[in-house]
Amino acid sequence: MTLRFFIPKDTTALALGADKTAVAIHEAIESGSLDAQVVRNGSRGMFWLEPLVEVEVNGKRFAFGPVLSPDVASVMDSIAIEDDLGLCDHPLFLGETNNIPYFAQQQRLTFKRSGLGDPLCLDTYQALGGFSGLRNALSISAQAIVDEIKNSGLRGRGGAAFPAGIKWQTVLDTSSEQKYIVCNADEGDSGTFADRLLMESDPYQLIEGMVIAGLAVGATQGYIYLRSEYPVAHKILNRAIAKSEEADFLGDSICGTDRRFNLEVRLGAGAYICGEETSLLESLEGKRGMVRAKPPLPAIEGLFGKPTVVNNVLTLGAVSAVLEQGSDHYKNFGMGRSRGTLAVQLAGNVKRGGLIELAFGVTLREVVEKFGAGTHSGRPIKAIQVGGPLGAFLPESQWDTPLDYETFSAIKAMIGHGGVVVFDDTADMAAQARFAMEFCVVESCGKCTPCRIGSTRGVEVIDRITKNHDQDNNVILLHELCDTMEMGSLCAMGGMTPFPVRSALTHFEEDFGINSRRDH
Amino acid sequence: MLDNKKPLEQLIESYRTVPGGLLPLLHEVKATYGYVPDYCVKPIAVALNLSVAEVNGVISFYHDFNTQPVGKNVVQICRAEACQSMGSRDVEDHAKHVLGIDYGETTKDGMVTLEPVYCLGNCACSPSVRINDDIHARVDQSRFEELINDLQKTVTVTAGAGS
Repeated sequence: MTLRFFIPKDTTALALGADKTAVAIHEAIESGSLDAQVVRNGSRGMFWLEPLVEVEVNGKRFAFGPVLSPDVASVMDSIAIEDDLGLCDHPLFLGETNNIPYFAQQQRLTFKRSGLGDPLCLDTYQALGGFSGLRNALSISAQAIVDEIKNSGLRGRGGAAFPAGIKWQTVLDTSSEQKYIVCNADEGDSGTFADRLLMESDPYQLIEGMVIAGLAVGATQGYIYLRSEYPVAHKILNRAIAKSEEADFLGDSICGTDRRFNLEVRLGAGAYICGEETSLLESLEGKRGMVRAKPPLPAIEGLFGKPTVVNNVLTLGAVSAVLEQGSDHYKNFGMGRSRGTLAVQLAGNVKRGGLIELAFGVTLREVVEKFGAGTHSGRPIKAIQVGGPLGAFLPESQWDTPLDYETFSAIKAMIGHGGVVVFDDTADMAAQARFAMEFCVVESCGKCTPCRIGSTRGVEVIDRITKNHDQDNNVILLHELCDTMEMGSLCAMGGMTPFPVRSALTHFEEDFGINSRRDH
Repeated sequence: MLDNKKPLEQLIESYRTVPGGLLPLLHEVKATYGYVPDYCVKPIAVALNLSVAEVNGVISFYHDFNTQPVGKNVVQICRAEACQSMGSRDVEDHAKHVLGIDYGETTKDGMVTLEPVYCLGNCACSPSVRINDDIHARVDQSRFEELINDLQKTVTVTAGAGS
C-alpha cells in the first residue's frame, strides 16, 4: 500500500519551515525504504497548524501539525505502527483533515480545491472539477455568460463590492477592436492573504476565471498585476500560465476552439496605491501609479484607453465556481445583497489564524471566538480592524455585526477585502491612529491635496492631541481634517484613511490621553 | 560576475516595443545590477520615446526601484497592522539596534540593507520578515538575531567552498 504525504508549499508554510520538514520526510522515506510518495500541495489555509503534514491511507487523509523537521521521526514512527491511523495518539495528530472543526465548519466554494493537491498539476485540477466552468462558457453566448454572473449576485471582492455582472455588461456593450481583462492581484491590505493563497494553491482557477471573463466581454489579452511582495505566487503563476498554454487552456485555440486568450503576469513595484484600479492601470501602462478621475470608467476607457474589466483575484476565482456549478447555486449562499461567500482572513494577534470561507452574514464575534479561539497572547481582545489599513477599529460593542457589505457601511466600517486583524489589550489605539495617517503619507500617490497634505497634518494633529497641547481644539481640528479628506479625495486612500483614525478616537479616547486629562 | 550581466542595450531592446514595458524593464535592470543606476535613465528614455523626467518620475514613485546599490542581503521588516499587533514595533527597534543602521541604510560590511515593507501576506503568523526572496514567520527579537547570524554563516561557508 502506497502512502501519500502532503506537505504545503505556500508562503506561510514555507515561512514556518515546510521545506525542512519535506527534506526530513524524504530522508525518512528513503532510510526506511517506505512505499510512499510526497506531494507538495497548496495550503488548506489553517495557518496556525502549518507546516500541516497530511498522510493519505486508503483514500482518507489524516493530518499532523505543526510538524517541524525535528518532529518528523516520531510522526513517521506513529504512522508505521498504527494499523488504523484514526487511533493514532501522537501529540501532533489532528485526525482526518476534513473533520478538523475549523475546516469542517466552512463553506468552501472559491477555496474548495485549495490544499488538496499539487497546485501546478493540471490533471488534479481537472479531476476536481477544474475547467468545466470554462467548457460551459465555451458552449454559451457572451451575453449568456454575463447573465450568469449577474444572476449569481457576485460583487467585486477587492473591497468596493461593485456588481461584477454590471461591470462586464458595460465592457461587453462597448465596442472596440481591443479589450482587456486585468486581474488586480496587488493585495496590499494588511491582514489579507486570500489572493495569495488562491494564486499559490489553485492558480488554474484564477486563469480559468480570466479566460471566461475574456469570452464574456470579447477580450483576448489579460494581465495579472501582482505585487512584488509575493515572490512565491509569482513563480507559481508563471509556471501555471506556461502549462496552461501547452495544454490549450490559454493561447490561440482555447480547448481546441478558435477562441483565443493570452495572459501575462506583470509585477508591481511596492506601491500600495496601485491596488486602486485606476492607479493600477496607470502602472500597467508603465507610468507612475497616479489615480485617475472617474469618469471615464475603466470599463469604457481602461488600459491603454480600451474597455477593460478590472477584477480582484477572488472575484475572478469565484467566476470559475459560478460557471461550474451555476449561478443559482452560488447565490443561495449569503444574506441581503451580499451573495455567495466571503473569504475571511483571520490575522494579527489571534490563536488560530487562517483562511475562513463562509457565507456572508456570520458575525465578527463568531469568527474571532469560534474560529480564532481568542488572542495569541492569551490577553483580552481590545479592538478588531476589518478591511485593511483603511478599515475601522471596532470595539467589542460592534462585534455582533454580521459580515455583510451594507450592514458594515451602516456603522461607518467596511468589509473591504475581508481582512480581520485582532489586537489585544496592550495595543495603543492612538498609536494605531497615528500609523494610519503615517501610512497614508508614505503611500499617497500625491494627486490630490487632502490625501497628500492632509495625512501629514493628520500625524501632527494626533501628536498634539496625545501630548495634550490644546487638546479640545485639536480634536475638533482632527475631525475637520477627516471631513476634508473623506469628501475631498479622489479615491479611497485619502477618503477612508479617516475611518481607522475616527474609530480609534471615538471608541478608545483614553488612549489619546483624553479621559485622563478630564479627570484632573 | 560582470560578464554574466546582459548589456543594458540588450535589456532595453527586449522591452522597447512591449506595451507598458517600462516597469518590467526597470525590474530587469534592478535584477541585473541590484539597483537602477542613473546612467540607465537616458538610454531608457530615448529607446521608449519618453522624457528623462518621465523615466525618473516612474523610478522615484515606486519603493522597489532603489537608485543606489544595496547590501548583499536585503532584509525587510513588515510594518503593517497585523504584524504590529504581534509586536513588530519591538522587532523593528531591535533590528535597527543589532544592525546599527536605520531603514534605507546598509551595514558597514555591506552584508545587510534594512527596509520597511507594508505587508507580506503572511498575516496569520506575524511578525513577518523577508530576507531576499525568503519570507519568515513569527519573527521575534531572538529569531531575528538567528536569521541574521545565519546570513553570516552562509557567507563563511560560501567563502570556504570557493577557496
